[in-house]
Amino acid sequence: MKFITEFRRPELAEGLISQIHRESRTKARFMEFCGGHTVTIFRYGIRQALPKTLEMVSGPGCPVCVTANTDLDKVIALSRIPKVIITTFGDMLKVPGSRSSLEEAKASGADVRTVYSTTDALKIARENPDRSVVFLGIGFETTAPTVAASILKAKEAGMENYYVLAMHKLCPPAIRAILDSGETRLEGLICPGHVSVIIGAHPWESVAHDYHIPCVISGFEPLDILQAVSMLVAQVEKKEARVEIAYRRGVRPEGNPEALRIMDEVFEPGPAQWRGLGEIDNSGLKLRSKYQRFDAELALDIVTEPPQEPQGCLCGEILRGVSSPLDCPLFGKTCTPERPVGPCMVSSEGSCSAYYLYGGSLGG
Amino acid sequence: MCLAIPVLIKSIEDKEAEVEIGGIARRISLELTPEAKVGDYAIVHTGYAINILDQAEAAETLRLLEEIAAVGGEKS
Repeated sequence: MKFITEFRRPELAEGLISQIHRESRTKARFMEFCGGHTVTIFRYGIRQALPKTLEMVSGPGCPVCVTANTDLDKVIALSRIPKVIITTFGDMLKVPGSRSSLEEAKASGADVRTVYSTTDALKIARENPDRSVVFLGIGFETTAPTVAASILKAKEAGMENYYVLAMHKLCPPAIRAILDSGETRLEGLICPGHVSVIIGAHPWESVAHDYHIPCVISGFEPLDILQAVSMLVAQVEKKEARVEIAYRRGVRPEGNPEALRIMDEVFEPGPAQWRGLGEIDNSGLKLRSKYQRFDAELALDIVTEPPQEPQGCLCGEILRGVSSPLDCPLFGKTCTPERPVGPCMVSSEGSCSAYYLYGGSLGG
Repeated sequence: MCLAIPVLIKSIEDKEAEVEIGGIARRISLELTPEAKVGDYAIVHTGYAINILDQAEAAETLRLLEEIAAVGGEKS
């Protein structure tokens, strides 16, 4: 596959690994923010290939994992409202809320349909004019423009039965919250690649400056990650704190201006609840007033009970990089991908799932 | 969830492109990438092209990595 397999060439990986071993002198702890990066790191055994000076820790960059139970409970309550069709990416189905998952709601009669794209959700809305079709707006800056585009399409077509439950989250405020907490010592950040395709490099510059931390934007192939680590090592050794792009084929410094324009047209920043991080100001996206008629929360009467958290689950600490999945008493015992207790085990990009699938003895 | 892959744009019609993903023909939206042309590789996320892949930058990155690998080979 063009532009994929070239970035998996073993001899080039070896070159980067030996460069990292030669140059890394200072002990450093790097966080890969993005769950997609976590998967690449585990799948290709990158942690074991790095010198003892370097430690990698996974961050909260998995939208499903950081969705708080208050929001999951809203989703499930929404699915139980008569004449509502829920359209969602498949990742959301198995995530347990306080009392049930969407999959369980579906089994007990809710109309929940998995879609590949918001364009599919619009099609379902067109085909079911007498039903309220709600798209679950989960995801980071990568996904939010596609949801904004669907709202513009629905408006243009005069559709009156398409709604979005806006639960999008923004990455830079979450990284700031982690750095502000001081719970985790970090010497470098691998910044999310496809989020940065949209937002560009500029939003990371103030993070690098304010916290004096090197930031490298990476792609998702093993060579991308190794190149990003090598760039972070070079900055650490020179005591620099800059933003660099190790994914130049995908990310431009200014991001994608058209996607940013569409996102800004439809959404405005607002507070959001993050699992593990709590409420963070301006870390979410809500619909601007002129698009409020598409807001599922305003249009439909969602009634929820107070949220409950699963006993003993360490997802919150794991998402902040404070605990490892191996620290969790439930990991691999009562919590497995088949019967997940916490969202980090449900999502294929969750840290617990990566540890479980690719070997818990590798990490730490 | 931010999974996105590079795919070749085969044809374009009305803000949509025909592409092939895993051997299956699909239509993707070009709403976010109005600059897309036939022959471009789009980075596709949930049915939308979110950017056009910069082929010159891809070649330049590989050239740089080949240089790094060559240096490692000389020293070891």
